[in-house]
Amino acid sequence: MNHLTLEQFVLYYYGEGDGSPGVREHLDNCEACRAEYAGLQRVLNVVDGAPVPERAADYGAQVWHRLHPQLGARRRWTWPLLWPVRHWAASAAIAVLMVAAFLAGRYYPSARSGAQLASAGQVRERILLVAVGDHLERSQTVLLEVVNAHPGEPLDVAWERARAGDLVAENRLFRQTAVRTGDTRVASVLDELEPVLLEIAHGPDTLTPEEVESLRKRIEGDGILFKVRVAGSAVRHREEKTARSVVQGTS
Amino acid sequence: MGSLMELSDTMAVAQARAGDPGAFRVLVERHSRNLFRLAYRMTGHQQDAEDVVQETFLRAYKQLSKFDERASFGTWLYRIASNYSLDLIRARRRRSEHYEPATEEGVPDPIQVVPDTAPTPDRLAASSEVERKVAAVLDELSEMERTAFVLRHYEGMCIDEIGRTLGVQPNAAKHSIFRAVQKLRHALEPLMSSAS
Repeated sequence: MNHLTLEQFVLYYYGEGDGSPGVREHLDNCEACRAEYAGLQRVLNVVDGAPVPERAADYGAQVWHRLHPQLGARRRWTWPLLWPVRHWAASAAIAVLMVAAFLAGRYYPSARSGAQLASAGQVRERILLVAVGDHLERSQTVLLEVVNAHPGEPLDVAWERARAGDLVAENRLFRQTAVRTGDTRVASVLDELEPVLLEIAHGPDTLTPEEVESLRKRIEGDGILFKVRVAGSAVRHREEKTARSVVQGTS
Repeated sequence: MGSLMELSDTMAVAQARAGDPGAFRVLVERHSRNLFRLAYRMTGHQQDAEDVVQETFLRAYKQLSKFDERASFGTWLYRIASNYSLDLIRARRRRSEHYEPATEEGVPDPIQVVPDTAPTPDRLAASSEVERKVAAVLDELSEMERTAFVLRHYEGMCIDEIGRTLGVQPNAAKHSIFRAVQKLRHALEPLMSSAS
């Protein structure tokens, strides 16, 4: 009697294929195959138990909270003649306000107490860190689109191109602030990021496979995506640390 | 919001296409946890899984006009998430070929955020020896083997559907699953015999 193969066991286990009655009958009559199949069942049942980290009950709402601002940016793109200017102006205004608030607090302290000054400084620092972290995250999304493109296929980057245009303006402001505040690590990453964002922003809406490959090589060759990701992690960590200090300082 | 949450996927997609952000929110809230579970199974890493969830919804939103309303929205999302997870795994492998780890003083090593083939701290803390082994074997599978196996074993997709999702012939998907099962069995059976 021919015994069943692993392929037959697997298809039977998952209820696939059309040989189930034959396999069932064989298992009823063959002890060796029954033992073999039981072994496979044990293995696959164990695999079932591989843990997945639990997400909170409001996880969907959290995802929406992070997603919503980005969807807004995409929706505005439907007014191509108007929104780039408006969006750039809004982004730049917010960035300028944050930078100004940060610098004002840093260089022109008032006559408040030392503890109040420290706390206000920390709040300003946190605002800036949140903004820089957000900027790095959005830049990362643009770069990922290019890096993860299917080789040999043209790539529609119309949306990324528009977004890169906004990011360039923000990038300059954040880089200048980082230089002024002596944050050389972030300044250096932003410095390397800017030419890539410019290239995407000034490129066509659809990249040829060759253009995609050239851009991908540039991003990967210079390690820009990786540096942006590392800098983003570091900024997020600093922001969390600052947030804890602010909470401790006010309690 | 209560009435919105009762919308079917089809209705929510139609309303989202008409420009109602609340309808897209319903879809996001409804499918996020399932997508995270799929993405984590595929990438083996929390941060990557979060990225996959985020990017899947961004891409879905961008391509909402291309969605065929006769199809299941959930399956369509799974397809986007599976393909993006595959892209991420490929990019991760390319990155790991290019870069050496670096650390920053006073900051947890961000490289820890980048997945590798070793068991992650989450797994080490939460898993038994067998569970760690399962995670390690899954990490060692090829991209196609892992994806096909996850979609078949955890998500219950049939082989034809997996083929369509991954853009390969059903036979290729089937053999990827066979190879994955074979590797899992080879690695886990000795552990299980010693435990029993």
